[in-house]
Amino acid sequence: MIYLLTFLLTIVLFIKDKEKTIAGVRIGIKKLIKNLSVFLNMIILVSISLYFVSDQMIVKFLGQSSGFIGLILAMLLGSISLMPGFIAFPLAGILLAKGVSYTVIGGFTTTLMMVGVLTYPIEKEFFGIRVTIIRNFISLVVALLVSLLVGIFYGEIII
Amino acid sequence: MNLNNLKKYGLFMLFIVFVLLSFIFNYNVGEGIYDNFLQFTLTMVKFLPAVFILIGLFDTWVDREVIERHLGNQSNHLAFIWAILLSGTTVGGLYVAFPVAHSLLKKGASLRIIFTYIGAAAICRIPMTLFEASYVGIKFTLIRLLTSIPLIIISSILLEKYLKGRGYQIIDELTS
Repeated sequence: MIYLLTFLLTIVLFIKDKEKTIAGVRIGIKKLIKNLSVFLNMIILVSISLYFVSDQMIVKFLGQSSGFIGLILAMLLGSISLMPGFIAFPLAGILLAKGVSYTVIGGFTTTLMMVGVLTYPIEKEFFGIRVTIIRNFISLVVALLVSLLVGIFYGEIII
Repeated sequence: MNLNNLKKYGLFMLFIVFVLLSFIFNYNVGEGIYDNFLQFTLTMVKFLPAVFILIGLFDTWVDREVIERHLGNQSNHLAFIWAILLSGTTVGGLYVAFPVAHSLLKKGASLRIIFTYIGAAAICRIPMTLFEASYVGIKFTLIRLLTSIPLIIISSILLEKYLKGRGYQIIDELTS
């Protein structure tokens, strides 16, 4: 799908301006090759972590956890794992059916999406170590606030 | 292959050796990890090269002036909306958003817009949001989006202030 779109766009642009388009494609390929090792390293880290932090393990850990400890655990697991949405959300559905609170699920999914320990090698390559650490830390705080707000909206946290 | 390349691909070569040894000695953990590696690599191949070609085309076709006007330091609040809409189209994960954000930054987008884009790319990707809504519920998705988007914008503005005060410069060697 995205290849088709890219292909069509490239054709259209090529007709409009041959040189600009060839130069663009060249820059793209050059950048891809330059970043290949960083992406490979991330894939390796992800495949190792996905093996040890499996779906079953997450269900086991979060299945009966609740309260503040559960939230912290969920955020920790979410931060260190990286999984595509089509795995993560069915998993969240299973957790929900097991009686896990929306607060804990919010903590897990939000950190999963926003905090990336495994994407650290890529992020630091583009934005530097300091920014990467600060951004991930801020994301952790945002995730905590979001899950607390989710809890308040669902009446799980009473203030 | 020079020393720099050796360092860059060191982990990969180590991994290859590990996988080979795992297969020779029937080490289950290694084989399982290799399965994951293969699967994830295939997922990446499905879109990553296309994304980089799009980034390259963006580089030569989009004028710096356009990005500066709409997403730069002088841009108005609409810029946040552009960033969030753009992030909705992100495929894959954050790892795709980083190179895109980097080229936007190089074209003159402001830091607050870049961090908003990255944050929103994490939580507002359209396909992912649809998954979430169908498995966890629309109410949950709406609450999550409505609470996290303002927090992302606020934290991006604060982060920009902090970094500007310290004279932050982006890494340029990647594109040289």
